[in-house]
Amino acid sequence: MKQYETVIGLEVHVELATRTKIFCGCSTAFGGRPNSHTCPVCTGMPGSLPVLNRKVLEYAVAVGLATNCHITRYCKFDRKNYFYPDNPQNYQISQLYLPICRDGYVEIETEEGSRKVGIHEIHMEEDAGKLIHDEWEDCTLVDYNRSGVPLIEIVSEPDMRSAEEVIAYLEKLRLIIQYLGASDCKLQEGSMRADVNLSVREAGTEKFGTRTEMKNLSSFHSIERAIEGERNRQIDLLESGGTVVQETRRWDEAKNTSYAMRSKEDARDYRYFPDPDLVPVSISEEFLDEIRSRQPELRTEKMKRYREEFDIPDYDIEIITGSKHMADIFEETVALGAQPKKVSNWLMVETLRLLKDKEMDPEDIRFSPENLAKLIALTEGKAINSTVAKEVFEVMFQENVDPERYVEEKGLRMVSDEGALRRTVEEVIAANPKSVEDYRNGKEKAIGFLVGQTMKAMKGKADPASVTGLLKELL
Amino acid sequence: MEKTELLGLSAVALGSAIKSGRTTAVEAMEAVLEQIERQDKEYNCYVTVDREGALKRAGEIQKRIESGELTGPLAGVPVAIKDNLCTEGLRTTCSSRILDNFVPAFSAEAVLNLEKAGAVVIGKTNMDEFAMGSTTETSFYGPTKNPRNPEHVPGGSSGGSAAAVAARECFFALGSDTGGSIRQPASYCGVVGMKPTYGTVSRYGLIAYGSSLDQIGPLTGNVEDCATVLELIASYDKKDSTSIQRTDTDFTKALVEDVKGMRIGIPKDYFTEGLNPEVSAAVLKAAEVLEKKGAVTEEFDLSLVEYAIPTYYTIAAAEASSNLERFDGVKYGFRTGGEEGLHRMYRKTRSQGFGPEVKRRIMLGTFVLSAGYYDAYYLKALRVKAMIKEAFDRAFAKYDCILGPVAPTTAPRLDASLSDPLKMYLGDIYTISVNLAGLPGISVPCGTDSRGLPIGLQLIGDCYQEKKLIQIAYTYEQCGGSYHETI
Repeated sequence: MKQYETVIGLEVHVELATRTKIFCGCSTAFGGRPNSHTCPVCTGMPGSLPVLNRKVLEYAVAVGLATNCHITRYCKFDRKNYFYPDNPQNYQISQLYLPICRDGYVEIETEEGSRKVGIHEIHMEEDAGKLIHDEWEDCTLVDYNRSGVPLIEIVSEPDMRSAEEVIAYLEKLRLIIQYLGASDCKLQEGSMRADVNLSVREAGTEKFGTRTEMKNLSSFHSIERAIEGERNRQIDLLESGGTVVQETRRWDEAKNTSYAMRSKEDARDYRYFPDPDLVPVSISEEFLDEIRSRQPELRTEKMKRYREEFDIPDYDIEIITGSKHMADIFEETVALGAQPKKVSNWLMVETLRLLKDKEMDPEDIRFSPENLAKLIALTEGKAINSTVAKEVFEVMFQENVDPERYVEEKGLRMVSDEGALRRTVEEVIAANPKSVEDYRNGKEKAIGFLVGQTMKAMKGKADPASVTGLLKELL
Repeated sequence: MEKTELLGLSAVALGSAIKSGRTTAVEAMEAVLEQIERQDKEYNCYVTVDREGALKRAGEIQKRIESGELTGPLAGVPVAIKDNLCTEGLRTTCSSRILDNFVPAFSAEAVLNLEKAGAVVIGKTNMDEFAMGSTTETSFYGPTKNPRNPEHVPGGSSGGSAAAVAARECFFALGSDTGGSIRQPASYCGVVGMKPTYGTVSRYGLIAYGSSLDQIGPLTGNVEDCATVLELIASYDKKDSTSIQRTDTDFTKALVEDVKGMRIGIPKDYFTEGLNPEVSAAVLKAAEVLEKKGAVTEEFDLSLVEYAIPTYYTIAAAEASSNLERFDGVKYGFRTGGEEGLHRMYRKTRSQGFGPEVKRRIMLGTFVLSAGYYDAYYLKALRVKAMIKEAFDRAFAKYDCILGPVAPTTAPRLDASLSDPLKMYLGDIYTISVNLAGLPGISVPCGTDSRGLPIGLQLIGDCYQEKKLIQIAYTYEQCGGSYHETI
């Protein structure tokens, strides 16, 4: 069999984190009652007109700058015309002729070192509504809450050669966009969606093969499997003397296979033309400067700074900065006076463990830096011991409780009353003559049992080190 | 006040009569409704008359006038609204079957501005379906007849509004003008009609035909009413991205009888063989009147006039084909019954819901935007549009205003136009370039032909020069005699 090279380009849709929709003032909040976040504009009522949400432009430009794009200084919106009920006007407002960003790149790490993936363009557009088929009534219902939610589409060059590179590219985009605060980029929830354009060619040839476009990929896992499956399908076709047809295919996650949706022959003519209801957007130098000055520190810079500022392992830095949210918690907790190494430990051990147990993303962390700082202060001040701290943390992780108040309410504070502790130790010594004797006879281990008995009697609210010290003294 | 006297008043005169207590908003509304009752079966100016609502609102407005809360010049004055302007709770059809049952949830900004000023909406006027046509004969609700001679059309597409003003079935009306749809029916019906500079009146709530060309404007009995109405409806509106912030909308300040030293250009290319000699003579006579009052007139070559029609029909149809996609039977309006499957429902609904002229323009627009034709038609049309604007810029470097006819002929007879759409399109030759260039234009009556049909004089100004147009039109009207004396 011949050697084949896989050529992959991506179209990534990202839902922007604006409070309101792209062309009207309706809320973008997820999960409202059907059609409760709608108005004449986003339901396409006759006579309504779109007005561009400035925040959408700001986010799109911010993403463009962070991905080394040229910003189009005079850009326009175009109408993409097609009839479908999820689209109340029967045209989608998008950008074809003059997209907001062009010719950028991001760097990804591959086995052969770092390399650039080109970005062909980034354009702004509106999302469509949702169709819900009611099998019982045999009718289709439309929910326009999503209609007009702002999206950017990031179109890459065909620069990727493997599923690993695709994942690295998506991870890179996700981190950049999350760091910018432009989107939460959740694949499962659809705030980041990727369509994969894939072709194969014989190794060493220049000419691209015929490509297909794969849709409906809702996780990194399905992207990997779809790339593998499509690559093999195309190679099998070519090896058996067939040809690849340019078409759009839909990935079926459950069946681990894809099927053709439509071919190039029945491709629609969208009759794109500039939307006359929206004025062209002229981007001034001042506007660009404003966005530039507001660009936050991105991950690469943050990692560099952490290495310089904090004495924590590289591996910790990698994990913590792998989520903007986690990095924010880290920095805010440190800013509240906690020792970086301690904060990092809580995030790296207990937080990661609980996230894994509960199948959550770092973005879902709900406890506040204030509470984490308080918890660390409690343990540092020996108000609670590490076992109690873990117990408190677990509650805090789930309900973001104030650890100070929780410790007080549950009476978990260590007993610092020397007299009370001494009395308990004396009682334990009196009640366990056998162990006392063993210890006096040189069995060092026997003290462990006595410490345990004391802790038990103290209901865990004692510092094991102090207990050991006291026992040794009294024995 | 006696009904005939009342109905003979201009909008501004009625407003002051109400304010001074000589009549009331309710009396005025009753008079208008009686007039409609008596003659609208014949003229068919209205698609919908909101009899009860109008009387109720007139009563409320009267109270607010008496309490001193409403003091504007048109408080209490009954107004007719073209049926492509949304009116909350009042059926808005665009004279199309596809919107036969459509009741908007909000009112157009221009309507709200009038209502804020105390004007009282009577109802919705007939028009060419979706403003596509020049005769008001493409309406699903039947043609409107010209009150000057009911065997003739009132022009279009704002034919119902122009005819309602001429027939005294309202005191003034709103229309929309995409290629002459206010000025041409004003000319045919012998009333005043003005298309302001693009962006002056918010398009929010105007059901779009050609978005880049559409503009709302007044149809009135005289120039003073026209300036007064325009002053009220002109506003910057954040809801319309193409709306322009202007500080010079005190149009009534321009109601001054003085044209001394004004430079008026008369484009030679407007006075060619296609122009009816009687229309030509009346328009040139109007130029002489202005000259006598001290204006300086001069002939010049505007150029590109013959390109305006193909350019306009390419751009307007392209935008219309997309603007009208939302009428699909899914969300509101007419839906055919017994359909099977989504796409069949779309096709059947639109086939039955739209009339032939609308379908023709949708097909034309779909064609010019299709892959492979976009550059050759749509893009080229945009380029010509820019050239037409440049030609006007050159003219306005020399002239305060351009003077010419509104239409090549007076109102055609009913049933004489639709069979030859191309000929009908040619009738737009003097008006459409004004829309392509985004300029203001006004139509004022300047006489009648031998059959007694009105002739209109068109004055075209540079962007934002409505005041110059109003001043010239007002001066002309003062010496030419207002139409009220001739009705």
